[in-house]
Amino acid sequence: MNYFLKAGMMVGLAGLAALALFCPAMIRPVRANAGEDENYASPLEVLLSPDGARLFVLCQQSEEVRVLDAATYAVIKNIAVGRVPRGFSLSPDGKRLFVTNSWDDTLSVIDTSALEVTATWTVGAEPSGVVEDRDGKKLFVANRISGDVAVLDAQTGVEEKRLLAGRGSSYLTLSPDGSRIYATHVYPNVTGRRTGFENRMAPESEITVIDAARAVVVDRMPLHGMAGVFHVAFSSDGRLGAVAAYHPKNLVPLAHLEHGGAFAYTLTVFGADVGRPVEVPLDELERYASQPFGVAIAADKSHIYVTCGGSEMVTVVDVRRLLVYIHAHPGISVQDLAASGNYVVARIAVGKNPRGLTLTRDGRRLLVANRLDDSISVIDTRTNRVASTIALAGLKTVSVKRHGEQTFYTSHYSFQGQIGCASCHIDSTFDGLTWNLEPDGFGRSIVDNKLLEGIKDTEPYKWTGTNPNIPTECGPRTEKYFWRSENYDGVTLSNLAVYVRSLEPRPNRWRLIDGELTPAQERGKAIFERAVDKFKKPIPEYNRCSYCHSGPKGTSQKIFDVGTRKPSDNTGLLKAPMLTNIALTAPYLHDGSARSLEEIWTIFNPDDKHGRTNDLTKDELNDLIEYLRTR
Amino acid sequence: MKKVGVATIPDEERQPQILRLRLLQRAQQTSLRMTLVVGVLLAITQAALAVAPEMPRFRFENFTTANGLPDNHVFAVLVDGDRIWAGTDNGLAVYENHAWKTYTTGDGLAHRAVLSLALDKRTGDVWAGTMGGLSRISGGRIDSFTQLNSGLSNDVVYGVSVEGENVWIATAAGGCRLDLHTNEWSLYNERNTPMGEIWTYAVSATPTKVYYGVWGSGVLELDRKTGRWDRYDDPDGENELVLFKDQGLIHEIVTSVSYVDNILWAATYFGDSRYDGRYWHNFLKKDSGLPSNFTNQVKGIDANRAWFCTDKGLAYFDGANWAVYTPSLEDGKPQMTVRDSDGKVTQVVVSTAPAHNYILGIDFQGEDIWVATAKGLSHGIRQTTKGAIQK
Repeated sequence: MNYFLKAGMMVGLAGLAALALFCPAMIRPVRANAGEDENYASPLEVLLSPDGARLFVLCQQSEEVRVLDAATYAVIKNIAVGRVPRGFSLSPDGKRLFVTNSWDDTLSVIDTSALEVTATWTVGAEPSGVVEDRDGKKLFVANRISGDVAVLDAQTGVEEKRLLAGRGSSYLTLSPDGSRIYATHVYPNVTGRRTGFENRMAPESEITVIDAARAVVVDRMPLHGMAGVFHVAFSSDGRLGAVAAYHPKNLVPLAHLEHGGAFAYTLTVFGADVGRPVEVPLDELERYASQPFGVAIAADKSHIYVTCGGSEMVTVVDVRRLLVYIHAHPGISVQDLAASGNYVVARIAVGKNPRGLTLTRDGRRLLVANRLDDSISVIDTRTNRVASTIALAGLKTVSVKRHGEQTFYTSHYSFQGQIGCASCHIDSTFDGLTWNLEPDGFGRSIVDNKLLEGIKDTEPYKWTGTNPNIPTECGPRTEKYFWRSENYDGVTLSNLAVYVRSLEPRPNRWRLIDGELTPAQERGKAIFERAVDKFKKPIPEYNRCSYCHSGPKGTSQKIFDVGTRKPSDNTGLLKAPMLTNIALTAPYLHDGSARSLEEIWTIFNPDDKHGRTNDLTKDELNDLIEYLRTR
Repeated sequence: MKKVGVATIPDEERQPQILRLRLLQRAQQTSLRMTLVVGVLLAITQAALAVAPEMPRFRFENFTTANGLPDNHVFAVLVDGDRIWAGTDNGLAVYENHAWKTYTTGDGLAHRAVLSLALDKRTGDVWAGTMGGLSRISGGRIDSFTQLNSGLSNDVVYGVSVEGENVWIATAAGGCRLDLHTNEWSLYNERNTPMGEIWTYAVSATPTKVYYGVWGSGVLELDRKTGRWDRYDDPDGENELVLFKDQGLIHEIVTSVSYVDNILWAATYFGDSRYDGRYWHNFLKKDSGLPSNFTNQVKGIDANRAWFCTDKGLAYFDGANWAVYTPSLEDGKPQMTVRDSDGKVTQVVVSTAPAHNYILGIDFQGEDIWVATAKGLSHGIRQTTKGAIQK
């Protein structure tokens, strides 16, 4: 063996060793062990301190902020925060780090000098994004469940008011001049006027623009056709804004994945450089930008970087070329799979489910949090290559559930990598949309997407109850009708099912802390459980709320006809859906035709087939709904 | 019984009147040098000014369909800083930067006919009660709540009032409260309040008390602290006669309520009332400056001052004196009438008046007023600065 060959082998082995050191999950085989302690970090967001010396990593699963030396990536300290943290940001002076804890409705205030939590404030329902104004007077918190932005006193945490935002309000960005806050939301707004076709209307979303000084909403930028809107970023001069979003194609049968027929993943740019907001696709044939999430714009405004959680890559957009394209093509180009070739200059493969990202002050490195790899990809922005991958401390093996979660989020299995489970089940929940799935026939049996949390042991699945278990639901059905590409192997499918079954319901925000019911909820519970109507007539068992929606999850798991069949439905026989966190999941009924819980009974129950309710007064119906919200 | 609302003028308020009288007396001496005719005319004018109390004067600029309003029938008006909202029979109009923009059902408004308006001062959101539900206008986005898609008790929303996190609503089928934090709807009707009729016509909410004006069932009061409801009725129960004046609500058909400085002002189609928690005072055309007993809206400014929107003009009561602004019912010419505390009536020469005598609503923009009428919206631009009309 000659010298050069030996040297080459040694370099290769060294490279593999280095890869093994920094990318443990990439080369180690999946260990399908169940029941192990899954203390993964799951980094969701990353931030650099103003001086660039420290890297803050928001770790959702280990529920902590990890503070790393930004030069060596050595751990300085791990700071425990609340349950399932989702968002964080630094105060403008960099002295405080605000962390939202989405499952216990608190906000942790961290002193960035002492690296300690100095205060924990109770905030709204499922706090997500957070940002402080320039003066340090007001703190803005996006509440996902209540769909608003709370305005807090930045020093005391006392809530002053809540501003109406989009449904699933989640991400906030302060404009570079500090005058405006831009808020986005992950679920589409509920359709306005009743037309009879609400469940077949294109989704509508918005960017809520808040005057930071007055703390009032001053504008709402409409995002037509978008559902699932994530981070907003601005160029340093404030003239260019960019937001990542999903553009679902849910109005046509989901049968044309080969034609890009499920989603467009897009970037909407706005601001003085653009004029009116313009939505452009990030996708290209065979290279879809599935599940875009984080956005960063280079300080010199040369490039926009977008993490794509499903495609497991970072998409790099050349700003100059993008602006040239936009000005040359003023029309709508969302469906044009050739468009991105004009401005996407790189697609950089990173770890599993990349989410938050941040640029170093010199703009030479882009740091990307790979949520399901417990790693940080360090990208050299001059070469658009991953320079290194930083493994966060923690479990190095991949558990059954972890593998299932990776499978849930990746778009790898679908044709050309277009969609993953998480494309429709945002953050493993739902998407607020109705879909037309091919197995039921084109234009037949429109179905509302359902919440996954808590579905364990509620089989059969599908609205019609024709899938006996989760592996059937997630396996052949998904592979054949959704992915149209690669099958899961047996282990992968099994692990995916383990993950889906592991999804616990988030805390119900309508229940009192002590578990008691309010008077209205108590009255509603009595209506839910009643066996006699107001005219003293017995209600048949099958027509009582508590019969079909029995058990702790509110489903008897049986099939009923509740009179909601539409002419386009193949059957009126439907499985009683579970009621877990029903308040979150509008629209309702199997086809999403009821925009609110009220409409289930005020519009779609004329013959009392969906429970005996037409003897109720309006206030009694309100009581019933108040109770249902506690489920 | 303590009589309120007709107190003598305090000394500090009398001083300007005394000064004015002295100046006029000097002017009268000067006028002796003038011709007899001029002197007589001047004397008449001076005499009139000498007895007329200083009441706010306005120059009215009127908006109709001719200059951008979507409909001349304006049910409600709301001032929101530099923006003016007008609830009309054909949409919700907003006046901003000297231009009108109209929201219609196509924009998501619950119904074209907007009957009532309220501003959430904390968030800037506007709430509009319509003939087809309740709409929230927030940053240009409209969300509508109806009896079908929400817990709203009825789609005919006559009144709306925002206090803190609660939106209080008066509907044709009882009152409602929407808790903006929990989205819980609470309904108030004959089953859980002393409401005799459920046709609620107006609501005024404050942190301590909530008042509902009920058509044919007096005034309902909710004590927010105790959760207790009370009802105030016309003690004589008579439709046409007032047998027990100043002993209770003037009439059962209550069209408007306004609670300010712990004082309840209540309007009916048969006169108006003021209640301080212990004593009532009734206002009737025959013994006050009201131009009519038929009052569509009352809006209290403080404990002593209020504006009354009647079918025969807009009336202002400053605690002692009255002023009425209207186009003449006979010839349509602008009129301003002042009635002092002694009952002396003086006509003030004015060149403008509200767009119509049938007044439906009023709101305040600094010292200016905006007036909803049956035939247009009027902007009353304050001409004198004396005697603030706002707190």
